[in-house]
Amino acid sequence: MTAWLVRRCAAAIAIVFAVVTLTFLLIHLAPGTPFVPSDERVLDPAVVDGLRRQFGLDRPLGVQYVRYVVALLHGDPGYSFSLRRPIGEVLATTVPNTLLLSGAALAIDFLLGAAIGLYQAARARHRADVVLGNATLFLYSVPTFWLGLVLVLVFGQHLAWFPVGGDRNPVLYPSLSLLGRLGDRAWHLALPALTLGLVGAGGTARFQRAALLEVAGQDFIRTARAKGLHERRIWLVHTLRNALLPLITLFGLALPFLLTGAVLIETVFSWPGMGKLAADAIFTRDYPVVTAAALLASVMVVLGSLVADVLYSVADPRIRLGKGGARA
Amino acid sequence: MTPRHWAVLLALLAAAAIGALGLRAGTAGSDAARRFFRHPTAAFAVGVLLFFVLIAVCAPLVAPYDPSAQLEIVQLQNRPPSWMHPLGTDLYSRDLLSRLVFGARVSLAVGTLAMLVAVSLGAVVGLLAGYFHRWMDGVLMRLVDVGLAVPRIFLLLIAVSLWSQLPLAILVLTIGLTGWFATSRLVRAEVLSRRELAYVDAARALGAPPARVILRHVLPNAVAPLIVSAALGIGSVMLLEASLSFLGIGVAPPTPSWGNMIADGKEQIATAPWTTLSPGLAIVLVVMALNAVGDALRDALDPRREAT
Repeated sequence: MTAWLVRRCAAAIAIVFAVVTLTFLLIHLAPGTPFVPSDERVLDPAVVDGLRRQFGLDRPLGVQYVRYVVALLHGDPGYSFSLRRPIGEVLATTVPNTLLLSGAALAIDFLLGAAIGLYQAARARHRADVVLGNATLFLYSVPTFWLGLVLVLVFGQHLAWFPVGGDRNPVLYPSLSLLGRLGDRAWHLALPALTLGLVGAGGTARFQRAALLEVAGQDFIRTARAKGLHERRIWLVHTLRNALLPLITLFGLALPFLLTGAVLIETVFSWPGMGKLAADAIFTRDYPVVTAAALLASVMVVLGSLVADVLYSVADPRIRLGKGGARA
Repeated sequence: MTPRHWAVLLALLAAAAIGALGLRAGTAGSDAARRFFRHPTAAFAVGVLLFFVLIAVCAPLVAPYDPSAQLEIVQLQNRPPSWMHPLGTDLYSRDLLSRLVFGARVSLAVGTLAMLVAVSLGAVVGLLAGYFHRWMDGVLMRLVDVGLAVPRIFLLLIAVSLWSQLPLAILVLTIGLTGWFATSRLVRAEVLSRRELAYVDAARALGAPPARVILRHVLPNAVAPLIVSAALGIGSVMLLEASLSFLGIGVAPPTPSWGNMIADGKEQIATAPWTTLSPGLAIVLVVMALNAVGDALRDALDPRREAT
């Protein structure tokens, strides 16, 4: 187990390192550069040279790369050209917002998805299953950002139950009590988290239904039924427990989905997170910010799949890691 | 919108319905088709896809106006649906139905072509990795590990930012080149399980060169999961194109795509919701149909797997 874990961690670090290199190269081979005079901005060439020197952009690519990696190892992802602040500082304020949004969405995704999947499987091929099947297919196929816009239209504009954007009330927030502040944050969180969670729940429910039906066809379920056990007990205890394993795999896959969704949903709802930061940085060609965001997202994905693998081995004693049975 | 345009629209709708029902009737004899159409939504999904493909092909006949023409910038700005403009007009007084119809061309073409790039590349990599094993497998699969580790949207954000104004062909290539990782794993797994079978050994023993063994004996057996992943792939590529266009880095205006139509309408969602709703519904319908067809194909092409 320990040897497997060490190997698995080493592989994870190697992947992250490869991602760093890849993103660095892609970004630096881009034709557009910052500080280039454009139609709107006329810059004195001497000023451009000065700025390029100041940020080390005049050095050879190799030197820039080594500097970047060394700085990264010291926990410094660089300096944002457009925001004129250290990226570490920017990320420190945006990443918690993204984690809050993704965490809430993940909870909705799995709780709702697993519940719908269980209900569908227990009534497989009946009317409720077909109706819910179409509903989950809809959620699975809908563009996240479009669902967000529709929810804004219905719940934000027409019913005015929820705010249409932002993460807090910009005027009243500082004057609110602690409880009021928590409520205000939750109120602003509701729509974006619901959008992201619903879209995820569509996929989770489809997956969970298939996993449950696969277990339900096995002999030990027939035995349980033959013993005269109550249907509810068969589904909740015997089937569900065994169908929870694939959900752990799904958890590893959910992270890239949530981070992708975050880029779009944060843009729709003006949620001040890492996804919106990255989307905005593309237009200012703020290389270090895009690289740092992509890097951080990859680290989260790699960590997520690592955690899923470990959880899987803990949850399923049939998988003996390190004895040739380990999955890379 | 003249009666002629309505007539063409209805004719295409009828053609799609007849085509889908005809397909079901015409293939009634085969086992695979029976498993395919056993899915309650399969015939309907085929009809929806046929309808949108027909609309895309016959776009100039269905669209009452030029999709990028600004008709009357004072009178026709953000008008709600009417008989003249069945889906309304947008902020720039362009007819939304015409944009939707020509947008179908762009969105469907981007989806199909990018999926073809992704699936063929994934198939080639999967075949090479699975068949030659050893070092090639190691190198290619580590590459796939890296590709899967970066959420695709970030890869695309970086790649797309390489060009300031993205040509459509490059967009298709970029989406394709970032989408083959999962397919290659799928094909590799299939090849790994095949290459040890006796009939492949027999082909090798008869002196068939690797290329022949791969193309004639291994690939045909790995084709079912490829077709399914292609059907599901078009849908996910269409969603991706829409997302990129929504962020303003996909299909460049004024060329209409369903994604940049939503982007055009998002600022006026409160005052002119029809500008956002119709392209979104079109995407949802087509992607739902593609996913339903993908599910049905999976059951149809793999008789061993029990239908769920």
